[in-house]
Amino acid sequence: MSEYLVLCCILFSLGAFGVLIRRNILVMFMSIELMLNSVNLLLVYFSAIHNDQSGQVFVFFIMAVAAAEITIGLAILVMIFRHIGSIKIDSLKELKW
Amino acid sequence: MMDFVWLIPALPLLGFLILSLFNKYIPKAASGYIASAMLLGSFIIVLNLLCAAIGGTLPENVAHVEILNWIHAGKLDLSLSFQIDNLSVWFMSIITGVGFLIHVYSISYMHDDEGVTRYFSYLNLFVFSMLLLVMGSNYVVMFMGWEGVGLCSYLLIGFWFKNQAYNDAAKKAFIMNRIGDLGFLLGMLLIYNQFGSLEYSTVFNQAVTIINPNEPSGIIFAITILLFVGAMGKSAQIPLYTWLPDAMAGPTPVSALIHAATMVTAGIYMIARSNVLYSLAPCTLDIIYIIGTSTAILAALIGLTQTDIKKVLAYSTVSQLGFMFMAIGLGGYTAGVFHVTTHAFFKALLFLGAGSVIHAMGGEQDIRKMGGLMKKLPITFFTFIIATLAIAGIPPLAGFFSKDAILALAFEASPIKWGLGVFAALLTTFYMFRMLFLTFFGEFRGTTHQKEHLHESPLLMTIPLMILAALTVFSGFIDVPHVLGGHNWFSHYLAAANIALPEASHIPASTEFLLMGVALTLVVLVILTTYVLYVSKKTMPAASDSELSFLDKLSYNKFYVDEIYDAVIVKPLAFLSDFSSKVLEKLFIDRIVNFTGKSVQWSGKTIRFIQSGDVNIYAIFMVFGIVIILFINLILFLN
Repeated sequence: MSEYLVLCCILFSLGAFGVLIRRNILVMFMSIELMLNSVNLLLVYFSAIHNDQSGQVFVFFIMAVAAAEITIGLAILVMIFRHIGSIKIDSLKELKW
Repeated sequence: MMDFVWLIPALPLLGFLILSLFNKYIPKAASGYIASAMLLGSFIIVLNLLCAAIGGTLPENVAHVEILNWIHAGKLDLSLSFQIDNLSVWFMSIITGVGFLIHVYSISYMHDDEGVTRYFSYLNLFVFSMLLLVMGSNYVVMFMGWEGVGLCSYLLIGFWFKNQAYNDAAKKAFIMNRIGDLGFLLGMLLIYNQFGSLEYSTVFNQAVTIINPNEPSGIIFAITILLFVGAMGKSAQIPLYTWLPDAMAGPTPVSALIHAATMVTAGIYMIARSNVLYSLAPCTLDIIYIIGTSTAILAALIGLTQTDIKKVLAYSTVSQLGFMFMAIGLGGYTAGVFHVTTHAFFKALLFLGAGSVIHAMGGEQDIRKMGGLMKKLPITFFTFIIATLAIAGIPPLAGFFSKDAILALAFEASPIKWGLGVFAALLTTFYMFRMLFLTFFGEFRGTTHQKEHLHESPLLMTIPLMILAALTVFSGFIDVPHVLGGHNWFSHYLAAANIALPEASHIPASTEFLLMGVALTLVVLVILTTYVLYVSKKTMPAASDSELSFLDKLSYNKFYVDEIYDAVIVKPLAFLSDFSSKVLEKLFIDRIVNFTGKSVQWSGKTIRFIQSGDVNIYAIFMVFGIVIILFINLILFLN
C-alpha cells in the first residue's frame, strides 16, 4: 500500500523542485498544481483506507478552490506579460533593498 | 443634630470647591467671608457635639458614622467612616474654633493680597483635611487627612510662590513630611498585617486580647515606632524638625493655624488615639520621652538668640511640641492633649499678635528694629502679654496648669526628668520675655517712615485676639489638679474616649506645692533677669554674626543642624546624583542604549542584501525553512 505514499512524495518533490528551479512563471504554476494534486491524491488514498468519504469530498473542494485561485494567478501573469513583455521570473527583480 | 455629622468636613470642602472653581468670578473681598461662613457652620455643629460630649449624652450611635463603604475586597474592608467620641470632638472643636477665628483674622490681614481667593480656598481645604484626620474611624481615613494637611501646608508655605526662598521652604517641609509619612504608612501596613483590620476599635480590641502587656512584643514596638516616625515628621521632632522654622515663610495666620495650633499637633492626636498600642510598648514611650525632651531643650536653646519674631515663635512651637511628647513619653496622654489645647490657644494668639505687629510695621519681622510698640498697639500688646505669661506658666493662666501636669508626671518618674522639664520651661520663659520686651518696651528702633505708619490693627484682627486671650485665661481651669482643689475634669472627660485615666498621684500634696513653688519662683526670677537685661540695661542682640560669642553664635545659627544635614545628607545625595548622571548615565546606560540602536541599524544594513528581489531565492529559503521546522518537530515528537 505504501507505494501510494511514495508516489505522492515523488510528485510533491517534483513540483517543489520545479518551483525552485524553473524560471518560467507558467511552468512554476504547473509545478504548484503538481504539488497540490499530489496532496489531493494522498487525501483520496487515506480516505480509501480509512473508509471515510469526507476525504474525497474535501478533494473536490480543493480542486474548486484551486481552479479559482489559478485563474487569478493567470490573470496576474497576463498583466505581468503586458507590462514587461516577458514571463521570465528573473525579469521581476525590482522589489529589493 | 447627629445626622449632620457629615456636614462638618463637607462644609469646608464645599468652600474649597466654590473658591477654587469660581476663583475668577468671586469678588476678592467676598472670598474671606465665604470661607469663614463655611467654617462657622461646621463650628456650630461641632459645638453641639461638644455640649453633648461634655454632658455625657453623646449618643452611642454616632460613635461610628459610616459615609460610604470604600473598598470591600476579600478580607480588606475599608469604609470612609467617622468616629465621634470625646477625643475627636475635642480636637474638632479646637480645629473649627481656632480655625474660624484665624479665618476672620485673615480677612483683614490678607485683604490687599492679589491671591486672597486662592489663600482662602487652601485654608478651607486644610480645615477639611484636618477634620478628616481627627474624625476618621480607621487609620486610612486618618492617613488621607494626614496627607491632605501636608499638601495644604506645602501650598500655604509657598503661597507667595514668586519668592524662590519660600518655595524652597515649602519643598523642605513637604520632603521632611514625606519621610515621616513613609513611617506612618509602613506602620499602617504592619497593623493590617498583624491585626487584619485598620479600624481603631478592631485593632485596639485585638491588641489588648492578643498581646501580653508583661512581655515586650517586637511587632507592637515596630508598629508604634513607625507611627511615631510619622508623628516626628508632622509634629516637628528631632531629627525632622528643621522644616517648621522655615515654614514661617507662609502668611502669618497660616503659621498660627497650621504650624502652631492644629496640624503640628496631629502627631499627638495620633498617639493619643493609639494609646492602647503605645501603652503596650514601654520601650517606644521611653524613646518618645527622650526625643520629646531633647527637642524641647534644643529648640528652646535655639530660640534664645533668634531675632526674627516669627522664628522665635517657631522654635517655641517646636519646643512646646517637644513638651507634649515628653508628657506622652511619660504615659500622660491626657496631659499631652491638655497641653495641645492650651498651646493651641496661646500659640495661635502669639502668632496672630505677631501678625498684628508685622502688619503695623509694614512687613518688618526683625525684633531689633521694633521696640516701644506698647503705646501704639495697646490691644495687641495686652493680648500678647497674656499669651506670654501663659506660655511661661504663670498661674492662673492656661499654660500653668498644662505645664504643671507635665512636670508633675515628670517628677513622679524621676526628679531628674522634672529638672529637665523645668529647664526647658525656663528657657521658654527667657526667650519669650526677651521677645516681648524687645518688641513692646523701650524706644522705637525702626525707620521714621515705619514710625508714622504704626497703628493698631482693625477690629476684624483684634477681636480674634481678644477671644483667644479670654480662652488663654480660662482654658486652664478645665483640668485643675486635686492639690489645687480641682477635679481633673478634663482627664475624666478624655477617659470616656478610651484614654486610661492617669493613676492618682503618689506625691504628697506638700511636695507638689513645693515643686510648683520652686518652678514658679525660678520662672519669676528668669522674667526679672530678662527685664533687667532687655529693659533696664537695654541690651540689644548683636547686629552681625561676628559680634556674637561662641555659644550665642552656636545658638543663633541653630547649632548648624541645617548645615550638618546639608553635609551629611544633601551633599552626599547630590554627589550621588551627580555621579549617576555623569558616570553611570553617560558612560554605561547611554552606551548600552546607543549600542542597542546601533547594532539594530548595523544588522539591518548587513542583512538587507538577502532581500535580492529574486523570487526563486525566496522560495528556496521558504522551503528550507519549512523543512527545518518539520525536522525539529520530528525530533521533538520522537523524543
